[in-house]
Amino acid sequence: MTKPGIPRRTFDAVIVGGGGAGLRAALQLAQANLKVAVLSKVFPTRSHTVSAQGGITAALANVSEDNWHWHMYDTVKGSDYLGDQDAIEFMCRNAPSAVYELEHMGLPFSRLDNGKIYQRPFGGQSKNYGGDQAIRTCAAADRTGHALLHTLYQRNIAARTQFFDEFFALDLIRDDDGYVLGVTALEIETGEAWLFEARATLLATGGACRIFRHSTNAHINTGDGLGMVLRAGLPLEDMEFWQFHPTGIPEVGSLITEGVRGEGGYLVNKDGEAFMPRYAPNAKDLASRDVVARAIAQEIRAGRGCGPHGDYVHLKIEHLGADKIKARLPGIRELSMQFAGVDPIDAPIPVTPTAHYMMGGIPTNLHGQVVAPVRYGPEEPTPGLYAVGECACVSVHGANRLGGNSLLDLVVFGRAAGQHMIEYLRDNPFPRPLPSTPLERSLARLARWDRGEGSETVAGLRAEMQQVMQAHCGVYRTEALLREGLTLLDGIEARLPAAALSDRSRMFNTARLEALELENLLPIARATLVSALARTESRGAHTREDHPDRDDDRWLRHTLYFLEHADGRDQLDYKPVRLKPLTVEPFQPRARTY
Amino acid sequence: MRFRIHRYDPESGAAPSLRDYELDFDPKGRKVLDALIAIKDTLDESLAFRRSCREGVCGSDGVNVNGRNVLACVTPLEGLKEPIVIRPLPRLGVVRDLIVDMAQFYQHYRAVKPYLINLDPEPESERPQSPEERAELDGLWECILCGCCTTSCPSFWWNPDRFLGPAALLQGYRFIADTRDQATDERLDFLEDPYRLFRCHGIMNCVEVCPKGLNPTAAIGKIKSLLVKRAL
Repeated sequence: MTKPGIPRRTFDAVIVGGGGAGLRAALQLAQANLKVAVLSKVFPTRSHTVSAQGGITAALANVSEDNWHWHMYDTVKGSDYLGDQDAIEFMCRNAPSAVYELEHMGLPFSRLDNGKIYQRPFGGQSKNYGGDQAIRTCAAADRTGHALLHTLYQRNIAARTQFFDEFFALDLIRDDDGYVLGVTALEIETGEAWLFEARATLLATGGACRIFRHSTNAHINTGDGLGMVLRAGLPLEDMEFWQFHPTGIPEVGSLITEGVRGEGGYLVNKDGEAFMPRYAPNAKDLASRDVVARAIAQEIRAGRGCGPHGDYVHLKIEHLGADKIKARLPGIRELSMQFAGVDPIDAPIPVTPTAHYMMGGIPTNLHGQVVAPVRYGPEEPTPGLYAVGECACVSVHGANRLGGNSLLDLVVFGRAAGQHMIEYLRDNPFPRPLPSTPLERSLARLARWDRGEGSETVAGLRAEMQQVMQAHCGVYRTEALLREGLTLLDGIEARLPAAALSDRSRMFNTARLEALELENLLPIARATLVSALARTESRGAHTREDHPDRDDDRWLRHTLYFLEHADGRDQLDYKPVRLKPLTVEPFQPRARTY
Repeated sequence: MRFRIHRYDPESGAAPSLRDYELDFDPKGRKVLDALIAIKDTLDESLAFRRSCREGVCGSDGVNVNGRNVLACVTPLEGLKEPIVIRPLPRLGVVRDLIVDMAQFYQHYRAVKPYLINLDPEPESERPQSPEERAELDGLWECILCGCCTTSCPSFWWNPDRFLGPAALLQGYRFIADTRDQATDERLDFLEDPYRLFRCHGIMNCVEVCPKGLNPTAAIGKIKSLLVKRAL
């Protein structure tokens, strides 16, 4: 049994993560009168969903003719055909109802003159399967993520969801039959380990761009759910695909939404040339993010970057006029003034491609069930375990996510997973006995940071890892670069045991928290390098200069990475892309141009 | 650069104190949070503070810098008088170092029922709202719950348990102002109280410090005039 004195709580369902995905799923469960607990390492409205700016995409047709089939086509094409078409159909078909539902919850969407939800153009969105630009992304000014996260939190207050704020999840509890029975967690304020027992567990822990030095992500984006999954012997999918957002503020990393270009902004190089038409003659500045990021990188490489070091380009919006900028892009104006020192009403914003989003993650099906290759097939559900949002790979984003599809992913699959969990809980009404020592592993991990003199520091190793990933696994990759990166990462990991904390206090010990986060980040960096090295093609955000073409014959398949496997460390496996949608004809892979 | 930072470790038994740090740091373009992180990474890993988005939208890192409540992540180091004195937000219990106990602040937020109440059947599409009606919400919904305003308010200092404070009242008004909300009377009933609302004396410290440029005093004024109008 568990050690005496260790707090133990039992719920029907436990949700790890208080961002948009976790809160949407929690709401579904709470409204079904189930006992649900949300564990979040920060107060929920501090979650990274709050930073989403431009909007949530749904074919409402409020501004221009539209339907979900076109949205689906754009998403499949945007994914460079690596997205699973059943999940993409499910998402795009359910998008309008998901957005209306958010409106009914109270989300303060911006409005059109006719009172309907405001929509703006976003990258990679077209009418009529690749025709003219579609106007599809629903927005609350340029703070849509804030509006969405606060609205969902507010609805959970109304539904009386139980929150455990500032609880850091440590490990999954899994029995010998593979059932997930809850999680262990650290109460940050007291430093105590807790045991949360639940018949269903949902991971909604967000992304992990903190493996990179320059990232648009919050400090908290350390991929904690991914670390938990890897330690439980489960795989991660498509970890070579990280989105570099074309427009982050250099050095600082803060995001400048694609909505800026949607509202009419455009990129120029140091000669003042609007260069995107050379790379994407039709979509120009609203081409897919991978395309625009590569274009900027090319301009910088060719010596046409701006600034003293020529390491960024300019995003111009002065021509939109002060009124439109203040009404539609107030948050961007604020960020530009605070972090780039320019008021975009008067001067262009310096921008450069910046790590932004993890397309890969914990493999799931479209019910949010975590799937892995076991006895019978490549996608067998892990009983009792779900994952949703950026930490999950369902896979609707494939090799490259379209702007506005991330918030949509959270609410559509948050709702779907919540719904499926309700059914699962009904079909599995009795708790299974916990393994004999459910806390052992977590307590050992905590104890590890309570001893020893260290020759290394957590902050030092983290900075080195971020530097390696930035230099060796960025927009452009080669075998030599990746191989060298992996060797360097081996060296950093080998030094981890020599790291120790000088602060051994229990209460709100953030140094220990950062150490535990580093234990999650390092294997994610490893999964990324190993998966990227193996994929000898260029697809979406994964650009191999030594393999510049997409190779559908060999690589139209998903990567699965196992950290610990019966066959050894760093094992790769593959599974086919689900090319068959639920009800419509498949979109066959074609050359991808914008 | 020289810093003087509030330190308190409840386990040590020592009284809270201010500790001096000397950091070799180029302040150009950098923020207070950058310095806190540099101190933690290079000088003293035991320094505890909250942070998340590092761009002024999540509201984690409200602190008091040289006597003023700010978000550390958007406050430039340049122009701050040294030693830069960093303390936790005032009047709340200190958990450790710069970390305050926000429980009461959140409790006041929950008390105003910060969610849309509309009992009509849900239409198949959105509930219409004109751009003008929607504009009434601007300056209200953008609140990030950082607590800078409430903890700068003398009325909150005197009655932290009974006066809801500017942040919660701003959110109370955010739903009153929403044309989709049907609970205005119920909301006004709750707020019509000598403490919850009427302890606001229009001192306007909240407006002065809000890192998002919001105006809780104006929102409180609008609630008061709705109450007056209702009474007539």
